[in-house]
Amino acid sequence: MTRTENLAFPRRLLIEQGGPGHRGPELPACDVPAQPLAELLPGIALRDGLEFPQVSEPEVVRHFIELSTLNHHIDRGLYPLGSCTMKYNPKINDELASLPGFALAHPLAPDAASQGALRVIFELQQVLAAITGFHAVTTQPAAGAQGEMTGLMLIRAWHRSRNEGDRRRKVIVPDSAHGTNPASVNLLGWETVTIPSGEHATVNLEALAQALDDTTAAVMFTVPNTLGLFEPRILEVTKLAHAAGAQVYMDGANLNALVGLVRPADLGFDVMHINVHKTFSTPHGGGGPGAGPVAVAAHLEPFLPSPVVVENDGVFALVHDRPQSIGRVHSFHGNFGILVRALAYILTLGPAGLERVSRTAILNANWLMRRLAGTYDLPNPEHCMHEFVLSGRSLRRYGIRTLDVAKRLLDFGVHAPTVYFPLIVEEALMIEPTETETLDRLEHFAAAMERVAREAAEDPALLREAPFDTPVSRLDEGRAARELKLRWTAPHAAPAAAPPEAASRK
Amino acid sequence: MAYPEDVRYTAEHEWARLENGLVTIGITSYASEQLGDVVFVELPEVGRKLDAMKPFGVVEAVKTVSDLYAPLAGEVVETNGGLTEHPELVNAEPFGGGWMIRVKPANAADLSKLMDHDAYARLIEEQHA
Amino acid sequence: MSFTGIGHDEQQRMLREIGVKDFDELLKALPQEVRLRRPLPVAGPLSEIELRRTFGAWAGTNAAARAVSFMGGGSYDHYVPSAVNAIAMRSEFATAYTPYQPEVAQGSLTVIFEFQSMIAELTGCDVANASLYDGATALVEGVLLARGHTGRRRVVIAGALHPNYLGVLRTYLDGADVIEVADQGGICPGAGLRDALGPEVACVVYQQPNFFGLLENPRGLHAMAHEVGALAVAVADPIALALLEPPGRAGADIVVGEGQPLGIPASFGGPGLGLFACRQALVRRMPGRLAGETVDAQGRRGFVLTLQTREQHIRREKATSNICTNQGLLALRATIHMGLLGRQGMREVAELCVQKTHHAAQLAAAIPGYRRAHAAPFFREFVLECPVPAAAVYAAGLDAQVLPGTDLGQFKPEWRNLLLVAVTEQRSAADVEAWAQVLRRAGGRA
Repeated sequence: MTRTENLAFPRRLLIEQGGPGHRGPELPACDVPAQPLAELLPGIALRDGLEFPQVSEPEVVRHFIELSTLNHHIDRGLYPLGSCTMKYNPKINDELASLPGFALAHPLAPDAASQGALRVIFELQQVLAAITGFHAVTTQPAAGAQGEMTGLMLIRAWHRSRNEGDRRRKVIVPDSAHGTNPASVNLLGWETVTIPSGEHATVNLEALAQALDDTTAAVMFTVPNTLGLFEPRILEVTKLAHAAGAQVYMDGANLNALVGLVRPADLGFDVMHINVHKTFSTPHGGGGPGAGPVAVAAHLEPFLPSPVVVENDGVFALVHDRPQSIGRVHSFHGNFGILVRALAYILTLGPAGLERVSRTAILNANWLMRRLAGTYDLPNPEHCMHEFVLSGRSLRRYGIRTLDVAKRLLDFGVHAPTVYFPLIVEEALMIEPTETETLDRLEHFAAAMERVAREAAEDPALLREAPFDTPVSRLDEGRAARELKLRWTAPHAAPAAAPPEAASRK
Repeated sequence: MAYPEDVRYTAEHEWARLENGLVTIGITSYASEQLGDVVFVELPEVGRKLDAMKPFGVVEAVKTVSDLYAPLAGEVVETNGGLTEHPELVNAEPFGGGWMIRVKPANAADLSKLMDHDAYARLIEEQHA
Repeated sequence: MSFTGIGHDEQQRMLREIGVKDFDELLKALPQEVRLRRPLPVAGPLSEIELRRTFGAWAGTNAAARAVSFMGGGSYDHYVPSAVNAIAMRSEFATAYTPYQPEVAQGSLTVIFEFQSMIAELTGCDVANASLYDGATALVEGVLLARGHTGRRRVVIAGALHPNYLGVLRTYLDGADVIEVADQGGICPGAGLRDALGPEVACVVYQQPNFFGLLENPRGLHAMAHEVGALAVAVADPIALALLEPPGRAGADIVVGEGQPLGIPASFGGPGLGLFACRQALVRRMPGRLAGETVDAQGRRGFVLTLQTREQHIRREKATSNICTNQGLLALRATIHMGLLGRQGMREVAELCVQKTHHAAQLAAAIPGYRRAHAAPFFREFVLECPVPAAAVYAAGLDAQVLPGTDLGQFKPEWRNLLLVAVTEQRSAADVEAWAQVLRRAGGRA
């Protein structure tokens, strides 16, 4: 390659730039009578240096703008990561969250000084309850995983209130479940029992019935399931679980398929979490922040994290005095800035717009699934909901793994699907186009997928070297995990920098 | 794919080789290929008693992680310290430098309960069919 | 408005190509008896103009829209340079997902690596992760790590820890495992701590500066924890860390904290930024994401998420934590903020806080009826005992567009006359004088 990249300005970390005499924004001079630190902080050990960057503001800005150009993002193009719901994030929502009255609101201010903030939380609780059909909502959990853990704690508190807490310590999940489900169960010191899926990845009711007993605390289901299929016997699942005295938890990661079409509470669930950064369009921010409100049926309401927000005659208040509450799960009131955005999105759409979102997400996924069904294996041929799972196993005969397909797709200006999940599908490619995408973009993505399948047969070596048109080529993840270089160290401090030869195999 | 004839195999893809009364244990080339680049191996302490077909350690690749199962009962007398610096040996020499532990077997005759190379090769073939 | 990409004619064409006669045929797996047949009882749709009007009105009813703040207690009013907002609002960062395909996520990954490097340096620890939800949950994760590492259950809280952090810890842990050592004069008493320690203790947790703004003696606390084989867990403020000896270098095993003071608006308490750093020996038990350096096929430097086998999507019930995300966008803000302020600016902010806070404390002490509740050295915050309930001082402040501090009565009834006052580099001498006026006025009503 003799492109111009050698002439480009070298890309360095901030700390590798600048030096003494360079600095960013100035601070005001001290306008109160300055006193010696040693007098103000007697006997306190101070640090003897801070190895931080010394760079001018223009160069700091250039550094981060240069870095920004290396990212794929939803405002650039299709991002069909299954289970992640990468939809467009309306710009006005960011502006609303940045209004000074919201951005500067202090979480410990008295209720009288926080009416606007409390109102946003209250209104969001109301609309989320309406959408899910549940009785009450807490917006405190900071993410879906924390919502999930909160939901399980509510279930534990309910069992304890019925003196069954010591006995019921088992949670049943299907083998198609997200990894967070067992991880959250483990956090409570409970045990996960995984049951195998039945035909076409739907529930195996016999296995469920066998696993259920009077030690079962909860059954967790994702609806639609992680293969993007709506479980046709879900009413039987919730009935069976309740008959055994267990609670039923819905992993709400896939709510984008259901809004306006069916309410989770009507399916018999007791509690669910909602990933507002998926269904309700708050930006993913390169991996957070999200928010994971939890919606519950009436019998779980007394246990919700405190404080809760209530309304009396148009006045909003935080209620701390809730003797049965599991306690708080966040430093303050959850990810408020994200909640503002979610509420703005819901109100922008209104009832008809919300339903149109689910319908279009389902339409897009089904169209794409049918289009690609001849090119890749489709383990479950039923109509899907908002996402579907293909298998790349037939490409194995060319020595091509799903990872190679994913890397090659990056060359076409789209992001790769989720790969190797769910675990029950070999060489899985999990695709969720979302309602955002136009038919043109779906066509382009399908054409890219088809071309990659063709290349796998005709030129497998090309795929194994892909990607080519990305800021860097394939990265050596094995080396990163073996060498564990997790922070910058000053060159003089670094021990023999040369990597061991053994690390660069093949 | 040919598998060494001087070792015995488990269905969990460990191998075991008897030498001078001690059994050396590692994972097969098939297992290391399935895992991909091995980046870390967690091994038991010397002196630990192992039960047959119970986990004795963990092998980590970039995106997968797998428990290691003891092919037979015994006491750990040595572990392969070289894997700390060079876990990639598990990929490069699964039946040699990538060995994991040496065990004083509770009963060396237990080895004969494990698969021989032919049976193991058939198992792999069946799993791929 | 629904931001959808498919027009009506295209819909018909797509349904035809799928091979169904209408949309409902795609939903035949849904039990008919639960299909929703009526519109959701949700307001809207609202246009952008209506949204601005509605949310603008709500935001305007928050006092923070206008007032000068002396509030703290875990959320501080530090200056956020304009460049932080300008960069962090960019789509390239804000609308990207977790960097699962590193070849098209070098922007996010490089930032995470720089963030980890800066937090490790600031805390004096070997390694830092890519961030957790907030200060309280970072503390929970630190305690869980200590318990996993030591195989012990008991957690000793040394002195004044933020009541909300303690609350979250109690939610996650069995309450019987959490032992509190009450402060004396605001500070953790050595003798009291020693009595609480024993071979069943997994870790000693302390906050620096503590909830009252006072500075603890970290070396002493670390040593006492280590004497009984427990880990020392510090909850540290990142602004204070720019000035104080880093806890990691003074023997702390795990340092956690709230990163909100690093370029992040208060935003009614969230999203925040959980900081988490520890010794190298604990890295495989560390929760959350980690970026590591590597090379691409051409040998060029690049960054990837690493040690992912600790995480829930692979390890499932054996994962070190159930956390799937970091606070990427906020870690970005913190990284830009620390990068802009740099070596000098970080220290200057910390020193300005010390000077202004002490100036305010001295002014207040001269007002009849007011006195500092503690004698120990403090950093950016102090507790003021008022001659009237703190709520009354707050009410007087609202009249003058001053939020005079945090009313500690909301935590404990016996604290109702205590006001926790924070003075950041943003407060001018005139602001502090206006604040003192509020105290005089409120005190005069006593």
